[in-house]
Amino acid sequence: MRKIKELIIEKTLMTSALITIAVTLGIILVLSIEAIQFFSEVSIFDFLTDTQWTPLFTEKHFGILPLLSGTLLTSFIAISVALPIGLTISIYLSEYAPKAFRKAVKPLLELLASIPTVVYGFFALVVVTPFLQGFFPDLAGFNSLSAGIVMGIMIIPYISSISEDALHAVPASLREASYGMGATKLQTAFKVIVPAASSGIIVSIILAISRAIGETMIVAIAAGQQPRLTLDPTVPVETITAYIVQVSLGDVQHGSLEYRTIFAAGITLFTFTFLLNTLSYRIRKKYQEKYE
Amino acid sequence: MEITMENPKKKDVVLDSIVDTSLKKTPKIETKNIKVWYEEFNAIKGISMSIKPNTVTAFIGPSGCGKSTFLRLFNRMNDYVDGFSLEGKIKINGQNIYKKNVNVEELRKEVGMVFQKPNPFPKSIFDNVAYGLKIQGIKDKQLINDRVISSLKQVGLWEEVKDDLKKSGLALSGGQQQRLCIARTLAVEPSIILMDEPTSALDPISTAKIEELIFQLKQKYTIVIVTHNMQQASRISDYTAFFYLGELIEFNKTKNIFTNPEKKQTENYITGRFG
Repeated sequence: MRKIKELIIEKTLMTSALITIAVTLGIILVLSIEAIQFFSEVSIFDFLTDTQWTPLFTEKHFGILPLLSGTLLTSFIAISVALPIGLTISIYLSEYAPKAFRKAVKPLLELLASIPTVVYGFFALVVVTPFLQGFFPDLAGFNSLSAGIVMGIMIIPYISSISEDALHAVPASLREASYGMGATKLQTAFKVIVPAASSGIIVSIILAISRAIGETMIVAIAAGQQPRLTLDPTVPVETITAYIVQVSLGDVQHGSLEYRTIFAAGITLFTFTFLLNTLSYRIRKKYQEKYE
Repeated sequence: MEITMENPKKKDVVLDSIVDTSLKKTPKIETKNIKVWYEEFNAIKGISMSIKPNTVTAFIGPSGCGKSTFLRLFNRMNDYVDGFSLEGKIKINGQNIYKKNVNVEELRKEVGMVFQKPNPFPKSIFDNVAYGLKIQGIKDKQLINDRVISSLKQVGLWEEVKDDLKKSGLALSGGQQQRLCIARTLAVEPSIILMDEPTSALDPISTAKIEELIFQLKQKYTIVIVTHNMQQASRISDYTAFFYLGELIEFNKTKNIFTNPEKKQTENYITGRFG
């Protein structure tokens, strides 16, 4: 009787694992099939080099670059905000803050990541943009600057939390060694602890970038829907994710070329996040056992 | 142990003369009625002792007797322990090191420390030894270079590592790592070196090397070493202090402690009847 029970549990667990893998494979399969059909009509060369993205216009261009630049620009702004703030927080929490404070603040910070992104999006559109327009009157109503900044706030906990874990995992014996030689707390933090935790910190940054690239709601709401090849943060742009939302919600006919553009855009996005996640996995694997 | 206990008279005379001249100098470390608490726990219950320059003093006693806590008072390493509080005075080179305006970083340059487990930084061998100088803001490459080489030579590691100074300190063997940690401490040129069971994680051959090194370092430094190894204490130290339950039971020349202890508790401990 007990054996049967064990067997049922084991099979159930295995089935859940298999379903997860099957779903992932299914998504990749659908993405690939539709993308291949897309690329049978549009050459990959045009897709990668054309500087215009106008699949919904009469004169169609299928250059991914404007969408890609929008994605990279907003992500870059987000990381520029999140990296210094997130790292400062993690070093403070790990090296300076009293234990009780650390225990209380860490989960609160992680709350930042659990606010619905649609809330962030409207926050960027109706609070941050008007605020910034006070300083830059030329700032457009939709722009990558405020979307990027708000996205940066959203990904702060990815950096602060994972980096703090990495800093905290550095053996106390290294801190003692450094203090024992007359180093100050600041010197110990930056010359010993941060380098020793660098692999974990890099992983946190990569995961944060990956999250920023895949973020949809904030940029769809606050950055605009105008595919434009530019590095100017004050004008409307469109990211890959925002474009996919736009087409999915519109009245594009299923099976048409316009419809398939979202799969081509999707597979581009997937390639990026997949590469970044693989990279972070590799880094973590490579340096994990350093102190054990 | 046998050698020290039944050593020929000649050696005794030599040891006595060293001790006698050093007696005339002012104490390197002096503590007066030191009491330590961790929260409510009274870890040290009033210890007074003075340690003379250029001697090796061994702290022995069963686990939890307070010997490591006492050692870590000398470079204020207990400051980081939650609930730590201290009563009494500790003078190093005649200065009270727990006074308010004392610069703890300066103190630790004067009082170096070697830990139980080798703990090299995840940096190159060179950078490990140069670390103490670099954090002092020393930029003179020639000076750093010379100091790294002489420190590595002092610990007998130079011949073994001179061709791969860029290799990670973590790539060395346990015994080499511990000698690297000693070299790192020497590079800052302290006058006192505290050692907290420096050989307890090492094999016998590495242990012998470190002990020999301690014997040489005595010429230039004052060394205080915590050890669980009775033979080690008798081999390398001039003075031995026996701690028990937060109290200093007996403190005397090592040969007296090991051949003719005054207290019954000391005798029981060194003969292995408890602890």
